[in-house]
Amino acid sequence: MSAQKPRTLFDKIWDAHVVETLPDGTALLYIDLHLTHEVTTPQAFDGLRAAGRGIRRPEATLGVIDHNIATDSSRYTGIVDPESALQVATLEKNAAEFGMPLIPLLDERQGIVHVIGPELGRSLPGMTIVCGDSHTSTHGAMGALAFGIGTSEVEHVLATQTLLQKPAKNMRISVDGNLAFGCSGKDIVLAIIGRIGTAGGTGHVIEYAGDAIRALDMAGRMTVCNMTIEGGARAGMVAPDQTTYDYIARTPNGPKGAALARAMEWWKTLPTDAGAHFDTELRLNAHEIAPQVTWGTNPEAVLPITGIVPNPADVTDEAKRAQTQRMVDYMGLTPGQRLTDLKVDVVFIGSCTNSRIEDIRAAAAIAKGRRVADGVRAMVVPGSGLVKKAAEAEGLDRILKEAGFEWREAGCSMCLGMNPDKLTPGQRSASTSNRNFEGRQGPGGRTHLLSPAMAAAAALAGHLADVRDYQPKEAL
Amino acid sequence: MRAFTTLTGVAAPLPKANVDTDQIIPARFLKSISRSGFGKNLFANFRFKEDGSENPDFVLNQEPYRKAEVLIAFENFGCGSSREHAPWALLDFGIRCVIAPDFADIFHNNCFKNGVLPVRLPKDVCAQLMEDAKLGANARITVDLEREVVVRPNGEEIPFKIDPLRRHLMLNGLDDIGQTMQHAPAIDSFEAKQKAAQPWLYA
Ligand code: SF4
Repeated sequence: MSAQKPRTLFDKIWDAHVVETLPDGTALLYIDLHLTHEVTTPQAFDGLRAAGRGIRRPEATLGVIDHNIATDSSRYTGIVDPESALQVATLEKNAAEFGMPLIPLLDERQGIVHVIGPELGRSLPGMTIVCGDSHTSTHGAMGALAFGIGTSEVEHVLATQTLLQKPAKNMRISVDGNLAFGCSGKDIVLAIIGRIGTAGGTGHVIEYAGDAIRALDMAGRMTVCNMTIEGGARAGMVAPDQTTYDYIARTPNGPKGAALARAMEWWKTLPTDAGAHFDTELRLNAHEIAPQVTWGTNPEAVLPITGIVPNPADVTDEAKRAQTQRMVDYMGLTPGQRLTDLKVDVVFIGSCTNSRIEDIRAAAAIAKGRRVADGVRAMVVPGSGLVKKAAEAEGLDRILKEAGFEWREAGCSMCLGMNPDKLTPGQRSASTSNRNFEGRQGPGGRTHLLSPAMAAAAALAGHLADVRDYQPKEAL
Repeated sequence: MRAFTTLTGVAAPLPKANVDTDQIIPARFLKSISRSGFGKNLFANFRFKEDGSENPDFVLNQEPYRKAEVLIAFENFGCGSSREHAPWALLDFGIRCVIAPDFADIFHNNCFKNGVLPVRLPKDVCAQLMEDAKLGANARITVDLEREVVVRPNGEEIPFKIDPLRRHLMLNGLDDIGQTMQHAPAIDSFEAKQKAAQPWLYA
């Protein structure tokens, strides 16, 4: 084929994975890596069993336990909650029966599925990656096409290593210039969702581009891609570059030597061609982004930390006004109140959005030599056993514990309110996770999303705080 | 999967946008390892007060909506988590069709795999149907997938469109894994080619 039409990163990965195109345009898409966890798989394995089917490529499948487990020491003595224990035992039993590789709960590689995939070198550029979890978009930071699927689709991939998919539209969001002092990938993505809204990306795959994205480390890129789903898009991606290759070279299971060289040859052809078509384009100036915090109950309800609580009376659209009122009421806010005046009860640093070593370093840098405010429960939950080990080797756990933070075992923890780490009704949290929905962190809980550095600042201040006022006292 | 052909029933009005899957079924109820039984916790945070008693203000606690088979809502229904427990909970409660201006992608997919029909209609039409639904038991709505129409209580027909492949699977209650299995030779040859070109994926 000569003079091929310029293609986007998404187009190239898509084209390379189409097994067949059905008459109505639906593609049978090949899946290179299927990650599984305990919550969204039991019914899929039941389906396989009932139909007498097996896993087509167990070696392209990897299971891990992350969602429902406690992050205290109870995993060493036996899971306390009987339903959680059954779900974990079911995954273990299914893994054994169907020959699926599974990272055991007490293995140091255990962790949140979206942390361990890249960290182990299993999530690689150019791959198609799926998992029964919406934040699978995280892996797009590697330059992969990665998206969340439901349990029926989990069963479909287990049985056939493929999925039936309609092509998505291409969107490019360019973040130009340098990120301002005190800001991170989290602030970029929150600002983007504030701009496009929770459904702004519907039907699209978003490619993030621009100097500010290029300048992010892999953890920052993962944070941005992770929250892409909160903007309604199917997936988020960043083209692979030297930062990506250097990261992969450090992973335990990534390709090495000649295999790596050969892979890189292909990976280098992946970035979007000049002149490729995007259905939607958006540009942001990085230096206009200030540290962000959400005030309402969806991630679009976000403001710079210097902002004030909106007044529903100022909203002209009737449905929007009612929604704003509902959010203000649920969150226990007063219109016009300064965000920095909101007292917090709990600070949660963790989740697949922000629990990597870079995130923990950012929090520790702010916390070092300071104290968590009285009455605030502050917890740091590393994304994986390997992150925990690395942080401990750097002494970050000690810095955080001395400042009054809890240092916990890896898992999803307080991100979703299905394990013992939960808010109680009315409690206000500053959280580095990705969803501030009503009841997400526990019934009646009130969640403010922000970056790890901002979360650390809130823990020290006892209220939402501007991290720019809390610069590191001493170097780490 | 149970086939969906046509359905006539009570529709419950839920005049909200961005109804996320944490609202549909909160995470603390996701610990079951079966597909059934989620209906009792559908919209748990709205249906029940903190002490576990019913909240009489929530639509699904009112007659005749306790038996609703259709749900009508506003934009971006089903956003958030990929949990298929959301359509399972709807189905287990008895709701087999959701009508809204648009749906989040993963939820939309998940519905089709479970015989729950998501119907996209413009916002003003949803608002109209919501008014119809408020009339309760005297105002049944018909959703006809065969003819791709919603029939209002006054007999007016509103057309909608469903992807032809999905419509076919839904009408016949077909499992798409079986369909895909028929493409096994194509998958085999894809793998052989990919293995030669990208051996690191097979290491
Ligand atoms: S950390 Fe939260 S968002 Fe991420 S996988 Fe776990 S529950 Fe889902």
